Amino acid sequence: MIEIRNVSKWYGQTQVLKDCSTHVAKGEVVVVCGPSGSGKSTLIKCVNGLEPFAQGTITVDGISVSDPKTDLPRLRARVGMVFQHFELFPHMSVEQNLVLAQVKVLGRSAEEAVARGAALLDRVGLREHAAKFPGQLSGGQQQRVAIARALAMDPICLLFDEPTSALDPEMIGEVLDVMVELAQEGMTMMCVTHEMGFARKVAKRVVFMDHGEIVEDAPTNAFFDAPASERAKTFLSRILHH
Amino acid sequence: MGEFDFSVWQPSLPFIRDGLLFTLRLTLVAMSGGIVIGTLLALARLSPIVPLARVAGAYVDLMRSIPLVLVILWFFLVIPFITGSPVGAETSAIITFTAFEAAFYCEIMRSGIQSVPRGQVNAAFALGLGQAQTMIHVILPQAVRNMLPVLLTQTIVLFQDTSLVYAIGAKDMLKAADVVGKNYNRPVEMIVLSALIYFTICFSLSLAVKQLQKRVAIIR
Repeated sequence: MIEIRNVSKWYGQTQVLKDCSTHVAKGEVVVVCGPSGSGKSTLIKCVNGLEPFAQGTITVDGISVSDPKTDLPRLRARVGMVFQHFELFPHMSVEQNLVLAQVKVLGRSAEEAVARGAALLDRVGLREHAAKFPGQLSGGQQQRVAIARALAMDPICLLFDEPTSALDPEMIGEVLDVMVELAQEGMTMMCVTHEMGFARKVAKRVVFMDHGEIVEDAPTNAFFDAPASERAKTFLSRILHH
Repeated sequence: MGEFDFSVWQPSLPFIRDGLLFTLRLTLVAMSGGIVIGTLLALARLSPIVPLARVAGAYVDLMRSIPLVLVILWFFLVIPFITGSPVGAETSAIITFTAFEAAFYCEIMRSGIQSVPRGQVNAAFALGLGQAQTMIHVILPQAVRNMLPVLLTQTIVLFQDTSLVYAIGAKDMLKAADVVGKNYNRPVEMIVLSALIYFTICFSLSLAVKQLQKRVAIIR
């Protein structure tokens, strides 16, 4: 589904991605982790072309992201993304947040979009909040709305960029529950996250990054039980024993 | 002259009303036209197309570096050359103010657009919205909301500045007060009256802006 081959990227002189290659097969969950500044967020933003990259190729469902001939908005409409800071549109109600792209991008009728939105809000447990504005919701609720907004586009895969990093600890669970459910239903997911419990539960593989490089790309159990590199060992001991 | 005689205010009212109506019309047209053209200028200034950004930037810098009264006189003399026929002081004033205010609204809209976080653009793009859709549905509504108090304050300044059309003889409120003052030989009383009217309108508007600012702050 997602193929990342030899991707390199520079900010000026600094190389932020070094020859990264990995893949996510259909129905698979792959967790990307690593210390801050390791390039994981940059890499996931390359997948739907929010960040350009200088070398290598990324294809989603066989379509190249960096090919100038690719209709990028059309490709992005099929790839859902959930952000660290939710990025709901603050001037629109929850319902309008869910409806906007369905109508403007997919060309659905307003009725159809509202109905689809309502069904998804129900699913993330927020039906009664449809008329509220994002500012009136807690962080956990906002992130669940953001997931519903991405799902409203009927995406072929979902990208998560540290979806729980900006949340208060007591709200992380409600967001992870939704993500676990999606994973168990067979949604293809690439998740940048430090939630190792989530990784253990649903990830097929774990990709460990450091200094812009993919240091390890291993099946989940192998990664946790016997990380091959020193850097991954150090990272895991820090994150699991803090 | 001796003592003040404010009884002149009574007969002056119809003239003052007509003048005030023109002043308000000029303000409203220059505001709406200025905001629309100013937003387009702001988009041009922020555009990756360098020549477009340069031209818009040069226009804004030019307008913001010349005293308004000169622009008013200059347009009054130049517009007939372009159109081939005289357009009258009132039309000339409306064109001038729209063109001039557009430069100021442009800078307000530009900072409004830049105040919208990059993450919002990413979120819109990630949903498959195109550049124009993102601008129209996501960025501009937030930019206007963030800048609303400044946009309205600029409009209050604009309302006061319309009195400068006096320079080309357009019949605004100040001109009406001036004419009545001369006819009745009561110039001071008429200037006091127009000052009072300007003050009342501007002061109530700025109180309204303050209220609005509070409400917008709560919504956010």
